[in-house]
Amino acid sequence: MIQRECGVLKTSYEADMALYPLPIARWTVAALAVIFFVVLPLTLHEYYLSIGNLVWIAVIGALGLNILVGYTGQVSIGHGAFMSVGAYTAANLATRLDSPWPVNLLAGGLMAAAVGAVVGIPSLRIKGLYLAIATLAGQLIIEWIINHVTFISGGVQASIEVARPRLGPIVLSSQRQMYFFLLFFVVLAIVGTLNLVRSRIGRAFIAIRDQDIAAEIIGVNIFRYKLLAFAISSFYAGVTGVLYTYFLGIANYEQFQINVSIDYLAMIIIGGLGSVLGSVLGAMFVTLLPIVIRLGMEAFGGVFLAPQTVLNLIPNLRLMMFGALIIFFLVVEPEGLNRLWRNIRNYFRIWPFAY
Amino acid sequence: MSDALSFFFLLMSNGVMIGLMYSLIALGFVLVYKATDAVNFAQGEFVMIAALAVALSMLAAGAPLWVAILVGIAGMIMFGFALERVVLRKLIGRPVIAVVMATIGLASILRGVGPTFFGAGTKNLALPISDEPFVIGPLFIPPIQVLGATVSVVFIGAFGWFFLKSRKGIAMRAVADNQQVAMAMGINVQRYFGLAWAMTGIVSALGGIIWGSMLGVDVNLALVGFKVFPVVILGGLDSIPGAIIGGLIVGLVENVAAGYVDPYVGGGTKDFAPYVLMILALMIRPYGIFGKRIIERI
Repeated sequence: MIQRECGVLKTSYEADMALYPLPIARWTVAALAVIFFVVLPLTLHEYYLSIGNLVWIAVIGALGLNILVGYTGQVSIGHGAFMSVGAYTAANLATRLDSPWPVNLLAGGLMAAAVGAVVGIPSLRIKGLYLAIATLAGQLIIEWIINHVTFISGGVQASIEVARPRLGPIVLSSQRQMYFFLLFFVVLAIVGTLNLVRSRIGRAFIAIRDQDIAAEIIGVNIFRYKLLAFAISSFYAGVTGVLYTYFLGIANYEQFQINVSIDYLAMIIIGGLGSVLGSVLGAMFVTLLPIVIRLGMEAFGGVFLAPQTVLNLIPNLRLMMFGALIIFFLVVEPEGLNRLWRNIRNYFRIWPFAY
Repeated sequence: MSDALSFFFLLMSNGVMIGLMYSLIALGFVLVYKATDAVNFAQGEFVMIAALAVALSMLAAGAPLWVAILVGIAGMIMFGFALERVVLRKLIGRPVIAVVMATIGLASILRGVGPTFFGAGTKNLALPISDEPFVIGPLFIPPIQVLGATVSVVFIGAFGWFFLKSRKGIAMRAVADNQQVAMAMGINVQRYFGLAWAMTGIVSALGGIIWGSMLGVDVNLALVGFKVFPVVILGGLDSIPGAIIGGLIVGLVENVAAGYVDPYVGGGTKDFAPYVLMILALMIRPYGIFGKRIIERI
């Protein structure tokens, strides 16, 4: 990720596609692991760890959406709804059957995958804009169903309380414990995605994205792989929903409305379509943006404005910054933060002898 | 006439009126898509911001209604041109997701700009018409709906004429059909892109005035934009008559569905039924009733 590749010549496909392109990459990953597994959780305050937890949850969802949008080239504005499918599946299982969290997690993911594949069926006939609108319809319809079918939503408020997950005798109640719990799944998701996109399936996805008719001609079964992309992506979304439910301790459909779908799309656009690192960076960026805006306004906004104005301004400022950033990245840097990072790396690749 | 039957007619008449008012907003979407192949996910926000501008120039600046309307229209024309110049021209030739996300980002900005610069409270946009509904047999029709439907039909007719007969309209159709050939014919393609966005601005301003005076002007006015998608998918994305037919279908379906289904499920059918219909349309006839059938060549 941050190694310099000066003077490296790869002579085989295996070398080019290896997870660790150079020995130093192992050290980089080890250093990052130490920072995120040891240094941060042991030094940061619980509040900052809770922000970190939000970031980790978003990372998983963004990775899933990037598999669909970035790697397979299918648009989805329905991922918020897929998350709610996962969340309510897990919440219902947890409260009705008292099943343990691994079962709920898997069931939530699989249920979301099934629903996602169904919503993805129109992608076989329609693409681009039409698919975007079809998934938008999926989002609104799923939202409505969850909100109106009391068997799923569990009553008037459409929210179900869920007990904290437990690992053997330990109940994961503090933010620090949740941090490790979530980080485990983040690592799983990152490694899973990295391996998926360089497998046969991932190459089929990329072929469909780049030119679907050509992909079909060279023998990629478009029907199967498009649905598979929707299913895998929705599985990630479902898992995200379950984890978010365990994080909050409550499943509520208001946490998974259309603006969530848009947030996740923004993450992968800002981070970089078709890039694992980009998903992670984008998820961090979009999750931290409102928090930074709030902290910044609370600290400095009072200098120029009345306190009440500042309070009113914060949510609107978030919306404006969010939209402006999406447009900025689309116009100026379409490949997102990932590209910015690569540019920095390429600059240092032959540094300091850049001639 | 029996109660059940007059209830049905009431729903139908309401559906027709509301449907025509949807058509007006959908027209803005169709104009841009027809000319530039760009999709506008911020159509509802266009309507909202136009309504805010009109309401504010009446309430805060004390302008008379006709001045406020002119201010709103002029403002939206400038906004349309500027938007095309600053954002969308840079996105020509990029994948669909780029334009979709850019307009979603724009929607987000407008939602933030609205309350920040125009105040968060619901503003009243009063038109000089009475609130007394016209009573025709079993039907109660509010005058604002009649006005909205009339404006809608008039402007859709006007734009239909514009595209069929006027020189600029024909040029715009040429641009929509094939940009390269249009350029070769000496048409300034980018200027017509700007013109299309400006025309969307005009339509949005009118939609904003009508819908704003019916629902009150605040951020939630933008939610009317969600109705645009079923309308345009049903009618066909690039068809002006399709906007009318689609609007009528959506208006009728949502009113009838809300009238008969809502008592059993506890509300919300109005927002739900058009999308179910739209999914069916996408499965059976994705290019809509009047839309151009796209044939893909390799």
